[in-house]
Amino acid sequence: MWRGSLVCGLIGWIAAAAPACAFIAYVSNEKSNTVSVIDTDKWVVTKTIKVGQRPRGIEFSRDGKTVLVAVGDDDKIEVIDVASQQVVDSLPSGPDPELFTQDAAGKILYVANENDNTVTIIDLEKRVRVGDIQVGVEPEGMAISPDGKILINTSETTNMAHFIDTATREIVANVLVDARPRFAEFKRDSSELWVSSEIGGTVSVIDPAKRVIKDKISFTIPGLRREAIQPVGISITGDGKTAFIALGPANRVAVVDAASHAVTKYLLVGQRVWHMAFTPDEKYLLVTNGVSNDVSVIDVAAQKVIKTIQVGELPWGITIARQP
Amino acid sequence: MSVTTVGQPRSGFSFAQYLTCLNGIVWREALRFLHQRERFVSALVRPLVWLFIFAVGFRQVLGVSIIPPYETYILYEVYIAPGLMAMIQLFNGMQSSLSMVYDREMGNMRTLLVSPFPRWYLLFAKLVAGTAVSLLQVYAFLLIAWFWDIAPPPLGYLTVLPALVLSGLMLGALGMLISSGIKQLENFAGVMNFVIFPMFFASSALYPLWRVQEGSPLLYYVCLFNPFTHAVELIRFALYGQINLTSLAVVGACTLAFMVGAIYAYDPSRGLARRGPAGGET
Repeated sequence: MWRGSLVCGLIGWIAAAAPACAFIAYVSNEKSNTVSVIDTDKWVVTKTIKVGQRPRGIEFSRDGKTVLVAVGDDDKIEVIDVASQQVVDSLPSGPDPELFTQDAAGKILYVANENDNTVTIIDLEKRVRVGDIQVGVEPEGMAISPDGKILINTSETTNMAHFIDTATREIVANVLVDARPRFAEFKRDSSELWVSSEIGGTVSVIDPAKRVIKDKISFTIPGLRREAIQPVGISITGDGKTAFIALGPANRVAVVDAASHAVTKYLLVGQRVWHMAFTPDEKYLLVTNGVSNDVSVIDVAAQKVIKTIQVGELPWGITIARQP
Repeated sequence: MSVTTVGQPRSGFSFAQYLTCLNGIVWREALRFLHQRERFVSALVRPLVWLFIFAVGFRQVLGVSIIPPYETYILYEVYIAPGLMAMIQLFNGMQSSLSMVYDREMGNMRTLLVSPFPRWYLLFAKLVAGTAVSLLQVYAFLLIAWFWDIAPPPLGYLTVLPALVLSGLMLGALGMLISSGIKQLENFAGVMNFVIFPMFFASSALYPLWRVQEGSPLLYYVCLFNPFTHAVELIRFALYGQINLTSLAVVGACTLAFMVGAIYAYDPSRGLARRGPAGGET
């Protein structure tokens, strides 16, 4: 009996240790003007792709065939073909594109142009710029509601989250948040919108229906000055139960109970942790550490940092999808 | 007359008899340890003070470089845990040496030495006993450390065992070698000042060697040639399921050297016999 259990246990252990699925992560390196490709089976950089100047925002297209990367100093969005791992095309944006988001169908791309106070709308099929929306000063964070009706843009200097109607392409509401809002993320059930404020050191939890702040998450790490805690990237699990928040120069990722909004744990990662992305199975969360030039891997279930991988200089954004 | 057999290695004992002897010595040491609750508590308090108080103040010291066997950034308390495990063994080794001096002063050692088993075997058994006690202390420390979020991979608790046995033997043999040179219990304070503290502080237990090298290249070499550094590194790597071959070689060689030295020092015709009758032949 016990032998049977032992064998089963062993098989289970081996199965647990074996990689479940092969994913591929693309990391934009702001300073070295490259994109590092990481194999999530072996946790190694398999290729470094040369891109335009100052790559930051990066995202897989909805069909998974291309990766879009905003190259700020070249004022455009470059398109990397996943099969050939080369830049094959570019899309027009406004000056200094930083972050962007796509609609659910993957037909429209909304780009925050940091130096132009606008959000540019790009038709991905026709590959043309179809309009601009005037927003606050230094637009950055971009998120689209799960139903696709509301686009969120945060403006760093105006300290607002702008609610934009995607049909009329007009701002329908503004929510004032703490200083320097960097990133916005919806819960998958649309119940909450989280906006990080880098200088304010908080994450505002906004009720998207009422468009008011219903809670504010703040962070305290023993031994660290308050100014060193600067929330930026946010990732919330699909079940809406756990959130991870990158705390910039605090070199920590905060684990937050997404229901109660209480911080439950701080995970030590590299220096100046910035943005993050889940593997599609949500088993791992990868975070970029800008100053230490690496990417840390967090085991989501265990809430533990398991590995850190060296990439290019000043890693900024990250996107992950299944291997083609 | 059984007296004539003392100190003379005798062949002809069966393996079972050797085991009985080993069992007797280990069991005596274990009972002695378990009955001295204060000793158990103090053996645990020492590393825990370092962990709970010292490490908190130094939390920001690390976190800037990833060094093997770690695969990511670690908190300072995670870094010093293997050093504290080795510290437990270092103190335990010295404590065993203290008990040897005590036994010799009190005359208890005669009981051990009249045994017909070869002296080297008796000393080895004493070493094994001391190491077994240190293992109890280290695992108790690891259990408490687990609640402090120092959680190596589950398999690490098993893979660290051989490393702990070897480092325990090395530090125990060192203690035994030192004890052969201490005539009185009062001299033990010298061991603290001249052995334990320099060995512990001039090692990789508290700071990684690259950090030491930044501060003082000379100290770096002192640390590098300190066998305790290699005991710490052997434990550190084994705790994460890896083998540090250099440390393994150094610790293995030092264990052998200290053991041979201790056996030589306790040889009645050379070591203790020259220093007088205490603990010598009856």
